[in-house]
Amino acid sequence: MSRIVIIGNGIAGVTAARFIRKAGDEPITIISAESEHFFSRTALMYIYMGHMTYEHTKPYEDWFWSKNGISLVRGWVNRIDHTTKTLFLDGGRPIEYDKLIIAVGSQPNRFGWPGENLDNVQGLYSLQDLQTMQEATSGIDHATVVGGGLIGIEMAEMLHSRGIPTLFLVRENSYMDYLLPAEESQMINNEIRRHHIDLRLGTELKEIIGSDGSVSSVRTSDGDEVQTGFVGLTAGVSPAIDFLDNSGIETNRGVLINEYFETNVEDVYAVGDCAEFRDPEIGHKKIEQLWYTGRRQGKRLGLNIVGKKTPYDKGIFFNSAKFFTIEYQTYGHIAASADEATGSVLWSDTDSRRLLRINYSRADNTVVGFNAFGVRLRHEQCEAWLHGRAQVEDVVREISRALFDPEFTRKIPGGLQSSSPVST
Amino acid sequence: MLTNPLDSNPSFQLTASYGQFSKVETVGLAGIGVGFLALAVALFGAGTIAPIPLFAIFITGVAGGSLLFFKRYSARPAGIQNDNIFFSPNLWRGAVAWILGVILTGFYVLLYWFPGTMEHAIRIFDPLSWTLRDRPADQWLMYGTFYTLAVLIMGVRAIIKYRHIPYQIVRSVSVTFFQLVLAFIIPAILIRLNEPELYFSYFWPLDFDAIWPSKVSDLSSSGSIGTFFLFWAAALSFVATPILTYFFGKRWYCSWVCGCGGLAETAGDPYRHLSDKSLKAWKIERWMIHSVLVAIVVLTGLLWTNSVTEGAILGDFSSAFARTYGFAIGAVFSGVIGVGFYPLMGARVWCRFGCPMAAVLGIIQKYFSRFRITTNGGQCISCGNCSTYCEMGIDVRWYAQRGQNIVRASCVGCGICSAVCPRGVLKLENGPTDDRYNGPILIDRDSIGVLD
Ligand SMILES: Cc1cc2nc3c(=O)[nH]c(=O)nc-3n(C[C@H](O)[C@H](O)[C@H](O)COP(=O)(O)OP(=O)(O)OC[C@H]3O[C@@H](n4cnc5c(N)ncnc54)[C@H](O)[C@@H]3O)c2cc1C
Ligand code: SF4
Ligand code: SF4
Repeated sequence: MSRIVIIGNGIAGVTAARFIRKAGDEPITIISAESEHFFSRTALMYIYMGHMTYEHTKPYEDWFWSKNGISLVRGWVNRIDHTTKTLFLDGGRPIEYDKLIIAVGSQPNRFGWPGENLDNVQGLYSLQDLQTMQEATSGIDHATVVGGGLIGIEMAEMLHSRGIPTLFLVRENSYMDYLLPAEESQMINNEIRRHHIDLRLGTELKEIIGSDGSVSSVRTSDGDEVQTGFVGLTAGVSPAIDFLDNSGIETNRGVLINEYFETNVEDVYAVGDCAEFRDPEIGHKKIEQLWYTGRRQGKRLGLNIVGKKTPYDKGIFFNSAKFFTIEYQTYGHIAASADEATGSVLWSDTDSRRLLRINYSRADNTVVGFNAFGVRLRHEQCEAWLHGRAQVEDVVREISRALFDPEFTRKIPGGLQSSSPVST
Repeated sequence: MLTNPLDSNPSFQLTASYGQFSKVETVGLAGIGVGFLALAVALFGAGTIAPIPLFAIFITGVAGGSLLFFKRYSARPAGIQNDNIFFSPNLWRGAVAWILGVILTGFYVLLYWFPGTMEHAIRIFDPLSWTLRDRPADQWLMYGTFYTLAVLIMGVRAIIKYRHIPYQIVRSVSVTFFQLVLAFIIPAILIRLNEPELYFSYFWPLDFDAIWPSKVSDLSSSGSIGTFFLFWAAALSFVATPILTYFFGKRWYCSWVCGCGGLAETAGDPYRHLSDKSLKAWKIERWMIHSVLVAIVVLTGLLWTNSVTEGAILGDFSSAFARTYGFAIGAVFSGVIGVGFYPLMGARVWCRFGCPMAAVLGIIQKYFSRFRITTNGGQCISCGNCSTYCEMGIDVRWYAQRGQNIVRASCVGCGICSAVCPRGVLKLENGPTDDRYNGPILIDRDSIGVLD
């Protein structure tokens, strides 16, 4: 029997553990520093906003782990010795393993901004970040969020829920215009402003100015200086693998792995946000930093370890988010800027903040991607269309088969006719 | 560099101030206060002296004040408005919740067993009672008025709060309508016409004595309306219930028609997250609710045996059983605990643990129905909003995160899980019964792959 040890109790490590347990009864230990139990990182914002407590974010009740024979260790791994197969922990006894899974996730990026180490300046990734954010933002009358990504807009919404006036600095000329086509991006700009967030597009952070060690104002690239009590830095995340330096485990930005999640060291695997594929398929990312990819990778790794060895298949991309009140789902591939080879069918209703885009390849009229805003789409149906390379006119005609909105919701018109139909 | 977070305690509870009220909202709260003050003044004696002005102040204060207070929802962009709920002393078992719980529970105790203590308050309902029923008010008319007012006012709140979701609007209009018309106006008019007081929206076994021999003989001897009611009750209990539940699930009743459900969905909406989601609670639920069902079926059978044999078999026993059931289930469970504990255990305690009608509907829903909540492939991010806000304590996330449809006896089809889900994962649907349990069969080479 081999002892399996997993560092990191996030979605990737936990899913791997569950699939290993389903197949057998090897001893499994999960070590994590952040929390004793697995919780949903995606729900951090809802704890701060008072929609849930920490307890509500745990996907499994606390008895689940012992019932399934998974030991939990709260500890910080500071060194791995793979020659003796031993982990060394801060404030804990060393732990030996036969197979090791590194699933340590990410940490917020910092770019060396002047003043970024002042008090009340932070990123948002962990429960501890949330706790410091709680302390830093109580009683302040202005906050600043830097970085126009998914976590940035979540932070803006969090601050908004507490009635804190918020400055939102976004480097791009329109929110997430590196991912979203112009109409979608514009819709989100409007949504941010509708919530009275001071959104400044095309504006960067120049300097964080402090007094007595704590932030007092920020200077922006357009020369403005704004008094502020808190700065949220949300310019992306990167693998949290500093503790692997000199361990002999090869890393680049993340822990380098092949399509079986194997590192260069035998019996050591890496999975989830912290893993970097050595040579991913063309068009796929080297590092996947999403919830569902963590789950999907964890499942594949778990199955591989119990002997059902198959290479990881990334499948058809999908994702979702929520921008204040607007839900967003995407399936397949939608490029931010139109190119010659791609056509686009667009339906939108600006009043109700709903939008649906279907992109297709001009060469053979097959659908390549969906973007849905304020519209819910059936994952299974979209995937079947993308997988089966359905013709765009068939998809447009039968779009109601993919609608997943609650009953009585106004249907998207058949053939996608609307107040503002655009077909480019 | 990521630092070692070991010395922190992750089970922290955040705090924030909940009570930031705008001017209009404050005026609204004051109005509600004045309304209840009028009721208190009435209770201490003035109700007998000045019923009309006190009634007017009570209604205007409470209804008008509430409408002003609902600016809280209407002034914000339409969308899920759950901010700061877990910081509220009212909504998260804080001091206000305990005080309210004691007041509500106490009110039910007085109402059932010591109505005389509320005599002066009852008097302010005389004008209304004369108008509707042509006779003076009693404690039940007062209670019915409170109940209907609560459903109406909080129904308006639900419609404003969930105005971006047509399903919620239609459903809220439906429950409010059934409470107002079928459970308040029609029974009152029947009394006025010297007919028996009949509630066309409650059936056996919830209306537990609806088909008891005593009731049947009373009604069949009372004239054509009584006889019609007997047919109506029997048809709804035994014909309409299975058919409607087959097509739509138990929601057609529990969250669209029923008065208990009506109160829960409107007045109880702010407390829906208080339900217990643990596996243990689910076990207790199944034991309790099915025990109550067995009890009422056995009791009804006994009473009929007793009536047919003219008391020869178990006569005294069955009437004692009937009295016990009426006291323990009809009064203590559905009233005192069911509503009194709203601020502490959520609004569906009775519906989940006690209601025999829900038990029957649940069995049909689970085994013979087209209703299910479909899970949308792999979109679930396990955030927990759905489970948190399920008033029936269903751990919706447990199913959603493994790509499995939700087919649960207790689901009342309120649709709130689907509403609060930030990723569009859940859809209430009626559809073919085959593979309703498993959801779509997804193959692993696609990226959805059912997780378990
Ligand atoms: C605020 C926020 C919102 C998000 N929202 C979404 C979303 O809506 N949709 C989506 O797809 N993705 C979202 N993500 C991204 C998603 O949460 C991550 O991709 C996912 O959680 C990564 O899972 P993981 O298992 O790889 O790592 P993690 O969840 O990061 O788990 C790793 C764990 O290992 C611990 N650890 C690290 N190093 C050590 C060590 N040396 N010793 C011991 N323990 C260690 C960490 O403390 C952590 O608890 C969000 C992320 C954040 C921060
Ligand atoms: S599962 Fe959803 S629809 Fe059913 S009772 Fe719970 S919240 Fe309502
Ligand atoms: S609310 Fe939606 S995303 Fe969150 S756990 Fe439930 S189904 Fe999953």
